[in-house]
This record gives sequence, C-alpha cells and structure tokens, in this order.
Amino acid sequence: MSLRTPIARVRGLGSAREGVHHWTWQRITAIANVPLVLWFVIGAVGRTGGGYEAYQAWLSSPLSATLMILLVVSVFYHARLGVQVVIEDYVHHEGLKVAALLALTLATFLLGGLCVVAVLMVALGSS
Amino acid sequence: MAKVERPLSPHLQIYRWYPTMAISIAHRVTGVGLALGLLLLTWWLVALASGPEAFATVYRVTTSWLGGFVLFIYTYVVLHHLVSGVRFLAMDVGWGYDIELARKVALGVPAVAAALTVITWIALLLAR
Repeated sequence: MSLRTPIARVRGLGSAREGVHHWTWQRITAIANVPLVLWFVIGAVGRTGGGYEAYQAWLSSPLSATLMILLVVSVFYHARLGVQVVIEDYVHHEGLKVAALLALTLATFLLGGLCVVAVLMVALGSS
Repeated sequence: MAKVERPLSPHLQIYRWYPTMAISIAHRVTGVGLALGLLLLTWWLVALASGPEAFATVYRVTTSWLGGFVLFIYTYVVLHHLVSGVRFLAMDVGWGYDIELARKVALGVPAVAAALTVITWIALLLAR
C-alpha cells in the first residue's frame, strides 16, 4: 500500500529510487580507475622523450589499446557521476540545473567517444 | 510560488577547519579539476590519432617548461584524488572512523600524494 498522496504522485515528489545505482557505479568505476589510472600515469610519464613513435607503439598493442579504452570509459563515467552530484548540490535554479546536467551528459559522451575512436585509430591504423 | 529570499547562515567563516573536512572538500575540488583535465586527455589522444604532424604540436607543448609544470601539478591532483578516494572507499566498508585515526589519515593524504608524485617524476627524469 503506497503512502503517497495522489498530489505527491502527480508532482513526482519523493525518492527518485535510483540513488543507490549512482552510488554503486561511482564506487565500481573508482575501484576500476585505481589500477587503470596508475597504469596510464606510469606508462605516459615513462615514455616522455619518446615522441610520437613511442606513444603510437604503446597504444597499438591489443592489451594497451584495451586498457586505454577501459580507462576512458571508466574515467568519463566516473567524472560524469561526480560532476552530476556537484551540479545538483550547487545549482539551485531548476531550469539551469536540468540544462547543466544535460550539457554534462552530452559533453562526456562526445569527449569519451572521441577518445575511444582515437585509441582505435591509433591501434588499428598506421597513421 | 515565489522564491522567498532567506538569509544564509555563515559557515565557512565560522567553523574551524578540520583535516577531515579539508580532505573532503579537496576531494571534490580535485575531482572537478580532473574532470576539466579530461579535455586535455582528449586533445592528446585525438592528436596522437591524427598523425605525427598533429602530435608534434602537443609534444612541443607538453615537453616545454610550462607544459611540464602543468603536468607535474596535474600528476599531483590525480594522485591526491586517488589517495583520498581510496580513503573514502575504506570508510565505505567501515574502516577508519575512529576520530584520531581519521584525523591522522586525513593529514596523511596530501603527504602520500606528494610523495608518489615526486617518486613518479624522479623515475621519469631518471628514465630519460
């Protein structure tokens, strides 16, 4: 038996019922990020001075390309969840909040998509 | 319904700063900074995919003194967010709530992050 009044149901008040999903995925991507980010920082910092050839060779191997794509997906999803919370906390104007959240989603998909395609081009192409 | 303007209770100017509070805010600030930094990562990857000529510009910028400095700061920001993030993950499973322990661990976060940053960059300079 629902304790919500009809007006509350119409207005869509109350829990969004999806909060834990956000919390869980923030943690999952965080845990995945730890080894992936460390792998990337060490690999990228360790190859400075190697120039284009070093980085191209690095990301061309199947394993490195896969790890890089996983890093991109995990990091962009994690960033999106995090910035979403920041926007929800500090933007109080409802219309502006909706617009900002939408812009965030579109931006992360655009930039994340760019990164994935770039890695694929490096790994598959000869550039 | 008209929005009623209500006075905001002063908080940042009143409450004394604790290490745990500072680390929490730093986690958020570094997080937002890193999110913006993803633009740089995208730029780097797209340049790499665009071939040697496009990458040459990126390479010149990142190996300049200013670029190197920015990358050094960026490494610290990444490692700070990572270390304080690991602390929060541990607290999620119930570890580290003892008041004194929490304070000490919070103070340790920037120290560990700085140490890791220095180690990474020393290793980089040695490998060159």
